[in-house]
Amino acid sequence: MQVPAFFEYQRATSVAHVVTLLERFGPEARIVAGGHSLIPMMKLRLAQPELLVDVNDLHELAGITVEDGVLRIGALTRHAELLASPLAGEHFPILHDAERVIADPVVRNRGTIGGSVCQADPSEDLSGVFTALRAVAVVRGVDGDRTVPMREFFHGPYETAVRPAEILVELRVPLQPGAGSAYVKVDRRVGDWAVAAAGAVVSLGPGGVVEQVGIGLTAVGDADFTAVEAEDLLRGRVADEYTFAAAGEAAATHCRPVADQRGPVDYKRHLAGELTVRALRDATARAHRGGSTE
Amino acid sequence: MTGTLEGCAGPGFGSVPRKEDGRFVRGRGRFVDDIALPGMLHGAVLRSPYAHARIRAVDATAAESHPKVRAVITGETLAARGMAWMPTFSHDVAAVLATDKVRYQGQEVAFVVAEDRYAARDALALIDVDYEPLPPVVDARLALSPEAPVIRDDLLDRTDNHVFDWETGDADATAALFARAAHVSECDLVYPRVHPAPLETCGTVADFDRISGKLTVHATAQAPHAHRMLYARIAGIPEHRIRIIAPDIGGGFGNKVGMYPGYLCAVVGSIVTGAPVKWVEDRSENLMSTSFARDFHMHGEIAADADGHILAIRVSVLADHGAFNATAQPSKFPAGFFGVFTGSYDIAAAHCRVTGVYTNKAPGGVAYACSFRVTEAVYLVERLVDVLARDTGRDAAELRMANLLTPDRFPFRSATGWEYDSGDYPRALRTALEMADYPSVRAEQKDRWAAFERTGKGPLTGVGMSVFTEAVGAGPRRLMDIMGLGMADGAELRVHPTGSAVLRLSCMSQGQGHETTFAQIVSHELGLPVDAVEVIQGDTDNTPFGLGTYGSRSTPVSGAAASVAAGKVREQARQVAAVLLEVAADDLRWDVGTGTADGGSFSVAGVPGVSVSLREIAMAAHGGLDLPDGVEGQLAASTVYNPPNLTFPFGAYVCVVDVDPGTGEVEVRRFVAVDDCGVRINPMIVEGQIHGGLADGIGMALMELVAFDDDGNHLSASFMDYLLPTAMECPPWELAATVTPSPHHPLGAKGVGESATVGSPPAVVNAVLDAIGVRHADMPLTPAHVWRALQGRPIRPDIAIR
Ligand SMILES: Cc1cc2nc3c(=O)[nH]c(=O)nc-3n(C[C@H](O)[C@H](O)[C@H](O)COP(=O)(O)OP(=O)(O)OC[C@H]3O[C@@H](n4cnc5c(N)ncnc54)[C@H](O)[C@@H]3O)c2cc1C
Repeated sequence: MQVPAFFEYQRATSVAHVVTLLERFGPEARIVAGGHSLIPMMKLRLAQPELLVDVNDLHELAGITVEDGVLRIGALTRHAELLASPLAGEHFPILHDAERVIADPVVRNRGTIGGSVCQADPSEDLSGVFTALRAVAVVRGVDGDRTVPMREFFHGPYETAVRPAEILVELRVPLQPGAGSAYVKVDRRVGDWAVAAAGAVVSLGPGGVVEQVGIGLTAVGDADFTAVEAEDLLRGRVADEYTFAAAGEAAATHCRPVADQRGPVDYKRHLAGELTVRALRDATARAHRGGSTE
Repeated sequence: MTGTLEGCAGPGFGSVPRKEDGRFVRGRGRFVDDIALPGMLHGAVLRSPYAHARIRAVDATAAESHPKVRAVITGETLAARGMAWMPTFSHDVAAVLATDKVRYQGQEVAFVVAEDRYAARDALALIDVDYEPLPPVVDARLALSPEAPVIRDDLLDRTDNHVFDWETGDADATAALFARAAHVSECDLVYPRVHPAPLETCGTVADFDRISGKLTVHATAQAPHAHRMLYARIAGIPEHRIRIIAPDIGGGFGNKVGMYPGYLCAVVGSIVTGAPVKWVEDRSENLMSTSFARDFHMHGEIAADADGHILAIRVSVLADHGAFNATAQPSKFPAGFFGVFTGSYDIAAAHCRVTGVYTNKAPGGVAYACSFRVTEAVYLVERLVDVLARDTGRDAAELRMANLLTPDRFPFRSATGWEYDSGDYPRALRTALEMADYPSVRAEQKDRWAAFERTGKGPLTGVGMSVFTEAVGAGPRRLMDIMGLGMADGAELRVHPTGSAVLRLSCMSQGQGHETTFAQIVSHELGLPVDAVEVIQGDTDNTPFGLGTYGSRSTPVSGAAASVAAGKVREQARQVAAVLLEVAADDLRWDVGTGTADGGSFSVAGVPGVSVSLREIAMAAHGGLDLPDGVEGQLAASTVYNPPNLTFPFGAYVCVVDVDPGTGEVEVRRFVAVDDCGVRINPMIVEGQIHGGLADGIGMALMELVAFDDDGNHLSASFMDYLLPTAMECPPWELAATVTPSPHHPLGAKGVGESATVGSPPAVVNAVLDAIGVRHADMPLTPAHVWRALQGRPIRPDIAIR
């Protein structure tokens, strides 16, 4: 049986309490949310924190709301809650597309949005989603809140902008009325991590011209989970199959996948292109319908 | 198809609910890890990080001074007891704890016994092992090259990594047919290394009583009696002082047949500490170090005449056996029953050559519901037939139909010497094709292909099939033994005075439902209710000797034993009834009844209304009745059943898949399975076995793989990396049964535990390759493999993707 090394445990009573504990115990303290990434790493002894700060009682971190043109998703929101949220699905179908293919119901019942992005696994689906959405992270420390755009949030595998004595409080996604969004993923089996995945958010102007676009790529080696070259190429052009193909090619060319048992580099590169095209196609179709899935 | 089937009439047989499920669905099963004995200590294994390295020194002093550690066992400790090496099932030895070298990543190096499982794990980090890394042999195809490092330098005069050569069939006759064949197709196929991956990992609680000298081992053992003999041999404890108790087992698939170092270390741990020691491996340990399956590199050739009649098959195989030759199979069969590779076809000549090699990988090699490598054989022939169909422009179903053995040919002696007991293959294939509506699937496939050629978009549809012949129920003791133990099974049946019964078996369920099926056999023979028969298994102090459960042998061998023992009890009952009714025994007629608590009854021929029930007989047999000479009283019998032959279940499977050519993703849309395992004792249990096996087949065909990188690092050591199929990958199974009884089994039954695992992988692979129009690509057909096959650059599965 896999068992973790010795650690201490504190159940936090407020976000301020979390920050105080993190401050006091230093970098060897770790927040535990759903525990679906951290606990397996502890059991394999890849992580050996001295203190776990449990944030599961902090209801102030939970909840999905729309305020002042911003969709706010608390860090402690469970995958299952995001998947079940009509509010999230109505504004950004990409969130439901992605949640449907993340892990399995058991993991989704417990795993949190905050834990997912803070884990910063190169294959984390929500990383590609929130970069595509140009979301903004709200991080709290002793000096109060600061914001970090998701496109600057990831500092390489398992590294983020969140500092040792900070906690991610929520993700803010500016509403984009009329935009269409979609997420597509290839995995070897339901519940498996992505071989590659792509998310797209498309706003169309008159004549079907792309006004704004966000493309997130997961598991293909982009440290910031974003296909910037493809986005640049799309803006100002008519959203049609021809443009999508060009964008797909740009995404494929500029990604930097590594070979592993999920697939060789050429295949992952191909997928980056193919899935970018498919995500754009779906997102654009939804944009034509005013953003909805129907 | 559920419910009553032809050939399963009478009390006893039928789809009754499983007796064991009452505790399983309530979470009240009792598995090894549920056992807690007073004063029990916990063991943990230190494993090698290297695939190949010399051990310069092992320093355990820091671990020994951990306050909660009670003992540290190293290879040296074991060597002092003559236990550093153990015999394998295949005439080799394997290290218990490494003394000289480590030969695969994850190999056992030391064992810590501590007061709790946390401390045991903590202390592993305190053991200092000085390794000198050596170049590993990872690619089996390079194992025999002159530059390859010699893995087994522990063996005297070893200069290479060659394990064995074995051949079967008639090389000359085969060559002659190939020489005059109108057509020959060839194909290289890898059946990659996979793992049985039972949900419950292996584990043990060893309890050595210093006063009585008795060792009790609670263990995940599919073959408890064979294990007892192994402990006696290795640990030097007399066999009568060893008791193996296998409690509930959470899946085995062959993984729990073998003897593992952790078991033996727990025994030594208990001997040296005087306390019970529990050791339960974790998932990674199970996947890295315990018996793998397959790893067969095959080159197949198939010869046909101008009319598409298959003439001959020729095969050469490179078998990767890992670092120790520890395949668990009858000892005269180094390649298991691979010799049945002529499959379900009427083939005049065949020949096969197998070479086994050592590599720096975990040992094992047969496990995973394979009927001793029939899986590889079926995959080979069913793939070759598809390749032949493609090469000669024939329809895969028509080619099979034209070459299948017909019912009049049974018993049939195959070109490699196997005597198939019974079968009706064309009926099974016809049924499957009808259920699948084969012509309309072909039409749909054509439309989709045309659309793909027009638009470049999928999905593509493929249909694949296999008509497999299994060979199960090992086996005749003159031919088959495991470490010198003939493969016959004992059974003991006792009817209590009040008419309920207890059946003691040598085999051991790992989820197959023995408590129900075997009670049904007794019920069928004696007319007792299924619930009135208690089935005892797994405890060597309370069960007769036998070889255990694997290779689908329980019903063919132990099931026959149960039937024979029950028949003996019935004859005893007849003698007692004759006394009770004051008639000659020969004048009594047996009526099995309707399964009431009275059981069956004997009545006097020609005298209506005069009868006595088994329940009455049971009481009388234990009472004061004056019995004639030669009738001992009580109702109890035992038997040892030596099967005259294997049983040969078979089936025809049709699989329909959709493939997305843009991503390589495969969806198994339909799976039709027509199985014939002779008489079905409990059709529901049989179908459950088939469901599981079909899921296994989808797993192996599409995702399961144990891979290694160039350094011999194991790349599949968790369920994130070793993928098992889920309900989402399984279509609603479409099952049907035909019933061709085995002529030599007392109940007409054949084994079924592995049929679907054996038969389904080629159906899935054939379907995927049919969809994408590719001649051959190896399993597992993950999206990457499918896409690369479409590009004409298939991936070699047995080495790491780069
Ligand atoms: C079987 C399985 C399959 C999976 N499949 C997928 C998949 O297909 N796709 C996918 O994207 N993911 C997958 N996951 C990952 C899963 O989505 C994440 O593990 C999970 O959601 C992480 O969230 P958590 O709440 O469990 O994080 P935890 O494990 O609790 O924490 C993860 C990390 O984030 C830190 N952290 C958590 N919350 C905060 C916070 N508020 N502020 C700062 N730091 C914080 C922790 O300290 C820790 O370092 C899978 C996981 C499992 C177990």
